[in-house]
Amino acid sequence: MSDLLQVTDGNFEEEIVNSDIPAMVDFWAEWCGPCKMVGPVVEELAQEYKGKIKIAKMDVDSNRDTPAKFGIRNIPTLILFKDGEVAKMIIGAQPKSQIDGELKKLL
Amino acid sequence: MEDLIIIGGGPAGLTAGLYASRSRLKTLLIERLSPGGQILTTDWVENYPGFPDGVSGFELVERMKNHAEKFGLEILSHEVIRLELSGEKKIVITDKGPFDTRAIILTCGAGPHKLGIEGEDLFTGKGVSYCATCDGPFYRDYEVAVIGGGDTAVEEAIYLTRFASKVYIVHRRDELRAIKLLQDRAMADEKINFVWDTIPTKIVGKTGVEGVDLENVKTGKTSHLPVHGVFVFIGYDPNNALVKGLLDLDETGFVLTNENMETVVPGVFAAGDIRSKLLRQISTAVGEGATAAFAAEKFLESPSGVLPSSKC
Repeated sequence: MSDLLQVTDGNFEEEIVNSDIPAMVDFWAEWCGPCKMVGPVVEELAQEYKGKIKIAKMDVDSNRDTPAKFGIRNIPTLILFKDGEVAKMIIGAQPKSQIDGELKKLL
Repeated sequence: MEDLIIIGGGPAGLTAGLYASRSRLKTLLIERLSPGGQILTTDWVENYPGFPDGVSGFELVERMKNHAEKFGLEILSHEVIRLELSGEKKIVITDKGPFDTRAIILTCGAGPHKLGIEGEDLFTGKGVSYCATCDGPFYRDYEVAVIGGGDTAVEEAIYLTRFASKVYIVHRRDELRAIKLLQDRAMADEKINFVWDTIPTKIVGKTGVEGVDLENVKTGKTSHLPVHGVFVFIGYDPNNALVKGLLDLDETGFVLTNENMETVVPGVFAAGDIRSKLLRQISTAVGEGATAAFAAEKFLESPSGVLPSSKC
């Protein structure tokens, strides 16, 4: 089981929007195969960016409001946040090097 | 130096990895994400032998991965950037550095073919989708369009009726290409409507998809279909970026091999969806993966030897 921070509609504002450091949220669901291809990559990145970028996951099945707010209609979608604003959306299963490249721009 | 590097972790690559590892070849499988491939965009696999009740794509690929790893296959999550195939020693250059190998099996697969119309890229992620299992649940009680008329299009349209209030199958011909069983299921489904002889010309919306402009290919008449989502299943493009200019490809870019999965470069094999062939299925991918691993093993035993052909 992953020890990655799981955010919900309830704590999204507090954890991500009001985060002191940049953040990335992996919007995923149990029924989404490609999400499972990206999941391990997100976990690796969470380790590598520990303390610098807050990396979290949100299950879109049990949290409907936040994905709707950001107009998410495809998963996996990764949203990168800086100062509470959307800095980048990465749609679909993309390789680690690409996600890493986008995370570097947040620092 | 490796004996064999397999590039791509779908069913063809995992099967090649299983056979090669079991034959005690020093084998590495390199996959840019976690293993799986296109099988992970399938909800339920109904035509893989041995699973009469079907099996989820995810479970099947997990089993294949565990099976290959049990025989010692090493799997790396690196992205391959370039190949050097000219020498006897072949080099696989990844984002984590180069790997030397004596033989390569390409199992890079294929990806969805795009419509190539206005609005498609703009709304990808905002209503345009290539994966019904991933995105179907976002369309609860909305109307959606499926573009295509083959097995995948019809299968995914049926899947989408679980969520959508109505599914339009927009097809450029006046009959489906999908197998009869799927046709019958779709025709019997009250939520599915057919739009025949029609192609999409533009995907329209503001912040997300609000509809698709259509054109009847027989009459030239144009129309607008108001839908919240457009699912595109009109075939596949090979993931051939690594081998363009290095190997012989067919006119649509799939890798040409002989029946032993040998490409034009000795020691380089191809299997699965990336190959030029008639049928792209999990069952064909695994057979080719096994053949490629066996042929690679024979090549490593005798690099200049000629594999026996099985002409009848």
